[in-house]
Amino acid sequence: MGNFKKFNVDGTVYRTELTKKFENRKPWVRPNPKHINSFIPGTIVEILVKEGQEVKEGESLMILEAMKMKNQIKMPFDGKIAKIYVAEGEKVPNRLLMVEIE
Amino acid sequence: MSLKRNILDLRKRKEKVLQGGGEKAIQKQVAMGKLTARERVTSILDEDSFHEYDMFVEHEARDFGMEKKELHGDGVIIGTGTIYGEPVCIFAQDFTVAGGSLGLMHARKITKIMDHALKMRVPLIGINDSGGARIQEGVNSLAGYGEIFFRNTLASGVIPQLSVILGPCAGGAVYSPALTDFVFVVENISKMFITGPEVIKTVLGEEISMEELGGAKVHSEITGNAHFYALSEYECFEQIKKLLTFIPWHNAKKAKAFPPKPPRPEYKIEEIVPSDPTQPYDIRNVIKAIVDDSDFFESMENFARNIVIGFGRMNGETVGFVANQPLVLAGVLDCDSSDKAARFIRYCDSFNIPIVTLEDMPGYLPGVDQEHMGVIRHGAKILYAYSEATVPKITVIVRKAYGGGYIAMNSRHMKADFMFAWPNAEIAVMGPDGAANIIFRKEILAAADPEAMRKEKVAEYREKFANPYVAAAKGYIDTVIEPQETRNMLLHSIEVSSNKVDGRPAKKHGIPPF
Repeated sequence: MGNFKKFNVDGTVYRTELTKKFENRKPWVRPNPKHINSFIPGTIVEILVKEGQEVKEGESLMILEAMKMKNQIKMPFDGKIAKIYVAEGEKVPNRLLMVEIE
Repeated sequence: MSLKRNILDLRKRKEKVLQGGGEKAIQKQVAMGKLTARERVTSILDEDSFHEYDMFVEHEARDFGMEKKELHGDGVIIGTGTIYGEPVCIFAQDFTVAGGSLGLMHARKITKIMDHALKMRVPLIGINDSGGARIQEGVNSLAGYGEIFFRNTLASGVIPQLSVILGPCAGGAVYSPALTDFVFVVENISKMFITGPEVIKTVLGEEISMEELGGAKVHSEITGNAHFYALSEYECFEQIKKLLTFIPWHNAKKAKAFPPKPPRPEYKIEEIVPSDPTQPYDIRNVIKAIVDDSDFFESMENFARNIVIGFGRMNGETVGFVANQPLVLAGVLDCDSSDKAARFIRYCDSFNIPIVTLEDMPGYLPGVDQEHMGVIRHGAKILYAYSEATVPKITVIVRKAYGGGYIAMNSRHMKADFMFAWPNAEIAVMGPDGAANIIFRKEILAAADPEAMRKEKVAEYREKFANPYVAAAKGYIDTVIEPQETRNMLLHSIEVSSNKVDGRPAKKHGIPPF
């Protein structure tokens, strides 16, 4: 017993211990539609577009190979590629920012 | 051959098998700080009670040069014995024989003893220490796992199934323990994961040790896969034996009764709970002030600590306790604590163990992460488990019972048999602070001194609603009791519930929010 903190539930502030899991929880961030993040850890085997290129919705941006499956990363809407954060052959973790759309 | 020579031959054959994987492999096992499979079995069971079967089983691998290898007992020991004089079935994987890898015959030995346990209605103890599937045996070893999982499911809720993880337990192998009732782990020895650090490193580039990925601490604190955590194998064996004193041998029996004992005098029930509902205390002290000899055997002690579950005895009879823990996260319900409590409630209901619920909770844990993790679905498990349970169910509201938590924690509406509340109990839709802010919003905003008005209204709400008498007036609470009456009221209500008959509609099975 000992490490008590303030903890608000429905407007009442309690004195209580917190858990590691609670303290380490990730704050929610609103997803940015202009950011394309990896949806699975894997390897970028091919990049099909360049920075500054105009790309139509549904066109392939790159191939992310994961679990022996070559996944096409597609353009979510018509737009221009602002920045590419990954290179061919690069291993990427999950939820890594790969492409930014202008 | 004369009988004498036959006997000598038998002894020689047995001796060979008893060597397991041989001197070198045993030395390696010991160097890892592990006991051998046979030492484990004999340490858990009563002295000289172990009888082994299928010693002379030979493995099935016919490829990759495996046909020339001799694997004693095919890497697993099975048998029967007794614990405190009562029969049990046991198997122990022998890591010294081909890394305890699971091939066809290895699995057949395990399923044989599982079938036996189910048929004989005795507990099954499984000691896991295996590198995984024996790759040389291909799909046969996968078939073996499947047959084990199927039997785990059949036996679930009929006989107690205990899994003891005393080495690696990786890949598909982890699903057998996951299907059993109680999982025991030991620091530095137990390792459980679906994909190991090697695969994670090659596929994902993330580096993590076995211990960090799926060690004993991880499973007892973070994942909730383990129920009992020990620092040594011997401590683990004591936990197994202690657990077995609290549970019945099968689902048509009651747990063994022990001589009644009063709680120890140092646990003074009136001095534990602070009257201010925002102040913390350890609910386990209330349980200890109630149970025989203050002996409370807690399960999942380090996981979702905001709820406490475990066994105690009242007048010698086993009782299952579910209690909110104001010490941690103010005792809120969340995804993890709901899972933890719901499974325990179902265990008690399957095995004829009355459930005592001690309630002191402010509501559900707020947060985007909880909502997105599915606190609706997880929280519903508690409602399901309590509603479904037909064993004697008694609730004592020791302080707060707010909102959805009041309903969930075995309320009258979930068909609690007895509902008691202490005189300081606050039973309401929410805490006075939150409630006053909503109900008297206009008055507070319009007041010359909003803060003073807010305080006044909070006090007004507390006075009017934050007590047990509103609920008692409707019969939702059967009686308001003094804290020191708690043990006697519980003893009495368990006693009068001993022939309880309470049906549920006939069905194949329900569809709980898994």
